Amino acid sequence: MDLNKLFKAMLVALPIMAISACSSTSESETDATSSTSGSGSELSTGSGVETGGVAPILTPEEQQRLKYQELRKEHIIYFDFDRSSVSMQFAEVLQAHGNYLVEHPNVRLMIEGHADERGTPEYNIALGERRAKAVAKYLQGMGVLPSQMSIVSYGEEKPLDMSRTDDGFAINRRAVLVY
Amino acid sequence: MKTLGKWLVLGLVILSSPVRAALDIVITEGIDAARPIAVVPFVWQGQGPAPQQISDVVMSDLTRSGTFKTLDELSLPQRNISTISQFQAKDWASIGAEAVVMGAIKPYGTDKYLVTFDLVDLVKAQMQSGTGPQSTQEFLIDSRETVISSAQFRQYGHRISDIIYEKLTGIRGAFLTRIAYVVVKHGEKSPYQLMISDYDGHNEQMLLRSPEPLMSPSWSPDGRQLAYVSFENRKAEVFVQDIYTQSRSKVTSFDGINGAPVFSPDGKKLALTLSKDGQPEIYVVDINTKALKRVTNHYAIDTEASWFPDGKSLIFTSERGGRPQIYKVTLASGKVQRMTFEGEWNLGGSISPDGRSMIFVNRTNGKFNIARMDLETRFMQVLTSTRLDESPSVAPNGTMVIYGTTYQGKQVLAAVSTDGRFKARLPTGQGEVKSPSWSPFL
Repeated sequence: MDLNKLFKAMLVALPIMAISACSSTSESETDATSSTSGSGSELSTGSGVETGGVAPILTPEEQQRLKYQELRKEHIIYFDFDRSSVSMQFAEVLQAHGNYLVEHPNVRLMIEGHADERGTPEYNIALGERRAKAVAKYLQGMGVLPSQMSIVSYGEEKPLDMSRTDDGFAINRRAVLVY
Repeated sequence: MKTLGKWLVLGLVILSSPVRAALDIVITEGIDAARPIAVVPFVWQGQGPAPQQISDVVMSDLTRSGTFKTLDELSLPQRNISTISQFQAKDWASIGAEAVVMGAIKPYGTDKYLVTFDLVDLVKAQMQSGTGPQSTQEFLIDSRETVISSAQFRQYGHRISDIIYEKLTGIRGAFLTRIAYVVVKHGEKSPYQLMISDYDGHNEQMLLRSPEPLMSPSWSPDGRQLAYVSFENRKAEVFVQDIYTQSRSKVTSFDGINGAPVFSPDGKKLALTLSKDGQPEIYVVDINTKALKRVTNHYAIDTEASWFPDGKSLIFTSERGGRPQIYKVTLASGKVQRMTFEGEWNLGGSISPDGRSMIFVNRTNGKFNIARMDLETRFMQVLTSTRLDESPSVAPNGTMVIYGTTYQGKQVLAAVSTDGRFKARLPTGQGEVKSPSWSPFL
């Protein structure tokens, strides 16, 4: 009976679909819906072997450098609506970039200014430039040479988030540090 | 046989592709106020099927103008007529329309067609039909005949619409015009495209494609060139490109912003925004000599210049009052005067071709919409109710505004009549469509 075949096929297909829809790894193939998020730390290598390790002992300078290295992975500064002042929450990130640039005067940085889609494209180009300049000025205040930095404003032309919600707008109002 | 099949498929694809319109206009509001007009399908007087139907172009033009609505073809009392001599006034006595358009298309040598049409004053015909015999010529408003090639069917349809529109409203029609706009297909290798098409979206052509943003297309007064901003060299630069020869030249490439170029009414200069001296200021540059004249000087943002039709003054957006508002500057004296006071923000302004009103983006209660202000009375009217409206561009006859808006999470183009009654949306295929600019009369 064809219907019976279809039913059997569904029995196999449904759990597979459920597994692929679930983001966490699941131990059970027959009851995918009951599996909860589980502990993500276990590695499913098959042989059941686990490894461990310890952190190396670092000097304070090394610790600081690693911290800054980690911070420099953050390269986007976000702004409030129609504002171009650098928020204090990005002070540490900018400190990390600033120190690096001061220590490496040959390294050049491009600062891109962006705006959300509200207002006109032309006004947003101006706003994006003002944001990029605010970041440049901040870094200059830390001793980064003006010759190390250049600025380009893309206004609302390169949004990161296309949802056009308040959250999306907030993600698009940014300055991006590009080395 | 297999090969023949392949060729057949290929042929079908080629045949069907020109029919696809990139922009199909959806009228969203304002058809009730439109004036009824009857367009009789033009009679084909040749062998085989007609090459194209001109009256379809005329009907959609008149409907899209917002001024007219065409009667349903099936409700017309006479359908197979092509000249006023076949027009029977008594048959049309009960038809509620102010005019009737009829015409014919006939072969006229190789790839040539003779197109004739008559525009009949139906109101006059109905009033006089009770007064005994009279010459039908009295009802004839206009009558023309022209020879066209097969490539000119749409173009001549727009020409007929222009004539009808002008005869019935006294305002020059803007159907034989083009629009320029930017299409962005995020995720593609070269996402930014500068496009032009007929005003109704047909005959779409790509002028430039770039991996980096393209912005702010604006037409030269002769409709031959476009000024625009390209980031192709990882910085903003202003270019002018000939739409026929494809030749392009860089006009400005200063440090910082090179933006918002607009041709002067004589076509010799561009007003634009440069931030080379620190903050965005309005400049006028001579396109040939590249000579620069600084127009504004203020620490706040000044941008988005637009010319008055006499070329003696500009309007621009400035933040000098704390929030973006529109100001006027007289070029000779440098005198600056604030134009807008209503709403939180007013920006992106342009002056209508008759110089009497200003079209701009107004922000009230956080919403961005297109507004119009009468320059004499200073009366402001918000025209649109769509979302995140920007980049308004006025048709050369001043009756319609095309602008960028957001619909179902996508940037699309929309149109609104300058009285705010007629509203239409121009949905697109792929990608975001933005920064429309309406050409001058062509």
